[in-house]
Amino acid sequence: MPKAKVKRKSTWVDMTAMCDVAFLLLTFFMLTSNFVKKEPVLVATPSSVSEIKIPETNIMTILVDKTGKIYFGIDGQDKRQQLIEKMAGDYSVVLTPDEIKRYSVLDVVGNPMQAMKTYLNLKPEIRDLPNNNLGIPSDSTDNQFKNWVKAARDINPDLRIAIKADESTPYPVIKKVMKSLQELDENRYNLITRLEGPNAK
Amino acid sequence: MAEISQDSGSHKKGGKKRSKKIPSRVDMTPMVDLGFLLITFFMLATSMIKPQTMEIAMPSNKKVDEDQQTVAKASQAITLVLGKNNAVFYYYGKSEGAKVLKTTYAADGLRKMLLEKNFDVAKQVEDLKQEKVKTKMSEEIYQKRLTELRNNKNAPIVRIMATDDANYKNLVDALDEMNICSISRYAIVDLDDIDKALIKDMNI
Repeated sequence: MPKAKVKRKSTWVDMTAMCDVAFLLLTFFMLTSNFVKKEPVLVATPSSVSEIKIPETNIMTILVDKTGKIYFGIDGQDKRQQLIEKMAGDYSVVLTPDEIKRYSVLDVVGNPMQAMKTYLNLKPEIRDLPNNNLGIPSDSTDNQFKNWVKAARDINPDLRIAIKADESTPYPVIKKVMKSLQELDENRYNLITRLEGPNAK
Repeated sequence: MAEISQDSGSHKKGGKKRSKKIPSRVDMTPMVDLGFLLITFFMLATSMIKPQTMEIAMPSNKKVDEDQQTVAKASQAITLVLGKNNAVFYYYGKSEGAKVLKTTYAADGLRKMLLEKNFDVAKQVEDLKQEKVKTKMSEEIYQKRLTELRNNKNAPIVRIMATDDANYKNLVDALDEMNICSISRYAIVDLDDIDKALIKDMNI
């Protein structure tokens, strides 16, 4: 009996189908994605049973980290550009067009206006270090935070306020934020929370 | 992995011209690689979960006329004081001579107390929820009826006061309990001197 010939199989695999799948998935992700916002600090929001979702546009984000530093940002690059121009004018800080452009791509910024120029000229890699983010002053002597909110409101009246604070933020900081908002007659706002899950507590 | 084409450009020069069979298959492997690379990027850069939000309305700073002010009946009032180390203190009615009790944010602490106080409304809301499931009530009607129930005139009114030792989580937890217990009338207020004195006695 002749030895059964081992048929040499071709190593060629048709990749077309796989390619189709890959691009189908790619299209799906491209269409559904909304990008993760880059925030200079990691904030663990408290959990709640509330199921209201936050809208994606026209949001004014007030970020408070656990040490009590306040960060502020609005959405839309052109709006941000107007905002920083207005704030720079109010605090007579001279910013170059390049620095203004740099500000407009940042989601939230937490620095006093006096330090804004230095901050914007930092290398992007070291911008998020805690030492480079001093937090926006919100004391009664120099309430820059209040002016940020006011300026943002002037630029875009449809803005909704979202407060995103760390769960271990001391209450006095929150109180200061709320007081400032109250003085501006901003009485409706959203507190960002995460959904209460099994490992939430 | 990929097939290497037999006749590449460099071979062509010396060889004589012959009619070459053009391969009908194109190697897709690099394209697949690229596809998956992009997928990976989009998957990592996407935030799928939208954050939840809790909507609150704070009292306006504007002075309200005496006669327009809503005066809460002392019997309806509950005051929560958020202290340090996740402790909650509460008392009913007026702050003068009130008996301050201590509880926690756990389900059998604050929630139990509030549900007891708000028993009627909470029960009605529960009934409404069941009715919604049974009769396939539209969301609109449900919301309308829910608001009606929650605005019950006899429901307790809660004042939430936070001491400087409380943290943000405590505040959100307290607000969350209001939501769970269907209490629609609550306000975040500053500690006044009487309350400060009361709390001092409790040595928090």
